Amino acid sequence: MATMVQRLRASVIRTPTASLVNLVGFAVVAVAAVATMQRVYQGGATYFFQTLGFGLAEGAIFALVALGYTMVYGIIELINFAHGDVFTLGAFISLGLMPVLGLTEGKISGAALILPLLGLFVITMLICALVNVGIERVAYRPLRHAPRLAPLITAIGMSALLEGVMNVWRGPYNLHYPDFLPEYQIPLFGGVTIAAKAVMVIVIAVILMVALTLFVNRSKLGKAMRATAQDKDAAQLMGIDINRTISATFFIGAALAGAGGIIYGLYYNSVQAFDGFQYGLYAFTAAVFGGIGNIPGAALGGMLIGIIFSISDGYFSVSWTQILIFGILIFVLVFRPTGLLGMRVPEK
Amino acid sequence: MTRAGDFVRENMRNPNAIAYFLMAVGALFYPIVIQFINGGNGDFLVGLAADGGIYVLMAIGLNVVVGFAGLLDLGYAAFFAIGSYTYALVASNHMGVTPIGHSLHVPFWIALFIGMFVAAAAGALLGAPTLRLRGDYLAIVTLGFGEIVPRLFRNAGIWTGGVPGISALDVPSLPGWFQGPWIGQNFVWVSDFRFTSANLTAYYVLMMILITFVVILVHNLQSSRLGRAWMAVREDETAAAASGVNTVTIKLLAFSIGAATSGFAGAFYGAKLSYVSSENFGFIVSITVLAMVVLGGMGNIPGAMIGAIVLYFILFKLLPDAPLQMQALASSLGLDSLNQSNPNGWPGIAEVVKRSQYVIFGLILVGIMLLRPQGLLPSQIRKQELKHSEHEPLATPRQLQG
Repeated sequence: MATMVQRLRASVIRTPTASLVNLVGFAVVAVAAVATMQRVYQGGATYFFQTLGFGLAEGAIFALVALGYTMVYGIIELINFAHGDVFTLGAFISLGLMPVLGLTEGKISGAALILPLLGLFVITMLICALVNVGIERVAYRPLRHAPRLAPLITAIGMSALLEGVMNVWRGPYNLHYPDFLPEYQIPLFGGVTIAAKAVMVIVIAVILMVALTLFVNRSKLGKAMRATAQDKDAAQLMGIDINRTISATFFIGAALAGAGGIIYGLYYNSVQAFDGFQYGLYAFTAAVFGGIGNIPGAALGGMLIGIIFSISDGYFSVSWTQILIFGILIFVLVFRPTGLLGMRVPEK
Repeated sequence: MTRAGDFVRENMRNPNAIAYFLMAVGALFYPIVIQFINGGNGDFLVGLAADGGIYVLMAIGLNVVVGFAGLLDLGYAAFFAIGSYTYALVASNHMGVTPIGHSLHVPFWIALFIGMFVAAAAGALLGAPTLRLRGDYLAIVTLGFGEIVPRLFRNAGIWTGGVPGISALDVPSLPGWFQGPWIGQNFVWVSDFRFTSANLTAYYVLMMILITFVVILVHNLQSSRLGRAWMAVREDETAAAASGVNTVTIKLLAFSIGAATSGFAGAFYGAKLSYVSSENFGFIVSITVLAMVVLGGMGNIPGAMIGAIVLYFILFKLLPDAPLQMQALASSLGLDSLNQSNPNGWPGIAEVVKRSQYVIFGLILVGIMLLRPQGLLPSQIRKQELKHSEHEPLATPRQLQG
């Protein structure tokens, strides 16, 4: 805590102009916080916890998608615009797989769901991961030494391509996604409840995130990833296969996004071919908010963006939420480009 | 005469000169040829070309930002929206509805420049705090800005007309103009000439004049000190800064000039459509213009123009017609079953073609970047840069000859 205060103070008194800019930033945040607290106070506890539950579930999905952005950015400094669409692809693929696995709405419930759902997750995550590895192979790897602009443009192109393919496949409609999660509310304390659905979403997301963190911190491939992110050339000299490591990063990121797509479908019961781009941008905002390139940062950022999202929806106006999220994106990049947990990286 | 001959001889091998020449000739003869082919009913196509000119203008502007200065701007449509809405506010009755309570009717010729300056100011305002950021962060900031601006216009309620937008904008007018056989009338002098939707040729001519104006302007900028500074910043920002280029100002200028061009095009768009709505300025517009610049050749003005013309033709003429043509083709081949939608999820061939617009975008962006990163009509300097990796020498003598 003390170090954080010191760091904040240091960032305020760096230079006169920076301090002025930061003062403006703090003022805006303070005004927003006071306005929100006043509304929350008026709304009462029950409504607040309900909103918080929505926010945490939404945030868990954001976090899953944000992890993919942050891992890819951490390792090759590329904003993988196609990532949001890989996420939607996960929802679309799982929708197509459901009849194959015997997952029909209303005919299957309870414990019988567990095995087919597990299968659904594994197959979808695998397909999404392979698609993303393919994208990296085709669109990013040949351009690794090209000017920075080039892979960004192909990333946008890949995003459009995926959206187009999904649009051709299922049309530009809101598709119904079957509802398998239980509908009841879990009572917590004093009349405050949380939806069982939200709890399940959060639990699945947290399991996946913990698995990822363990993998990156403990496994040999995870170590290779961290080494590659730090210094590609040095990592290569140490005998790390750079291409394989980068492919593995894309693979894991997309697997998480695919899982996120299924969870999104199960939670909202509706998907649309063009959802992913917007959603990806929110997730990217979350990654930037937490500190791009930082894995716990992405998880934290995702949760925070989810909560901000639901508070804005619940206490202010739905039509201003998107403006708020993109405002936060610009705000963070201008005032604190390293995000909440990120470190200052020198420009290469 | 000999001087003209020398000029021709000098530029005969210059692809840019040829492109400019072909585009100028094409622009001159397009309305006549179209009217002749369609037996005088080609007004729609002439109007379509005038709308295409809006994209050409935007491509020229985005080329300044992306091609000259190397800044990726993914929210370019925001400035287009700002230009349009500015025009809508200063040249319609709408201001009377807002709390200001007094409507403005600035003539088109002045409002065009107001739209331009407001967009440029917005560009400077966005750029000033964000251009210090590294390239990909800038792309994201502009993307966020591009998402915010149309939503702000939609949410601003009474100020911008909300969801329905603002309609009945003033059309351009001139104190007088010639009418002649080119629109099927006798040669007459018309006083108080108004650009109406019945006279799309007038819009076409106006558009071509605006494009010529902007091309000359941007071309001069490119070969000025500023243009060289842009190139230096694009190639190596650190080296440029070390050589005394004020990189932030230079980038800000590129950003604002790009925004100004977009605002300029936006004002024209508002006037021609006589209507603005926040729905018309989404991310799709930004990405379309980017695809045009990439397709044509980043950093080359005629390249960006040709990219704009080609892609505009594909998107707004070929694709809208394609569903019906595919349907006709399928029937003539005896494959009528392809035209019907069936319960297995096949929506009919017309629908499939209609949906594949994004696939085409994606293929253009990825394909061009991988196969011909310099674009259809490349800039000779940029070509070297885009084709060779940073680990190779930038240009060996043999490549320089080519």
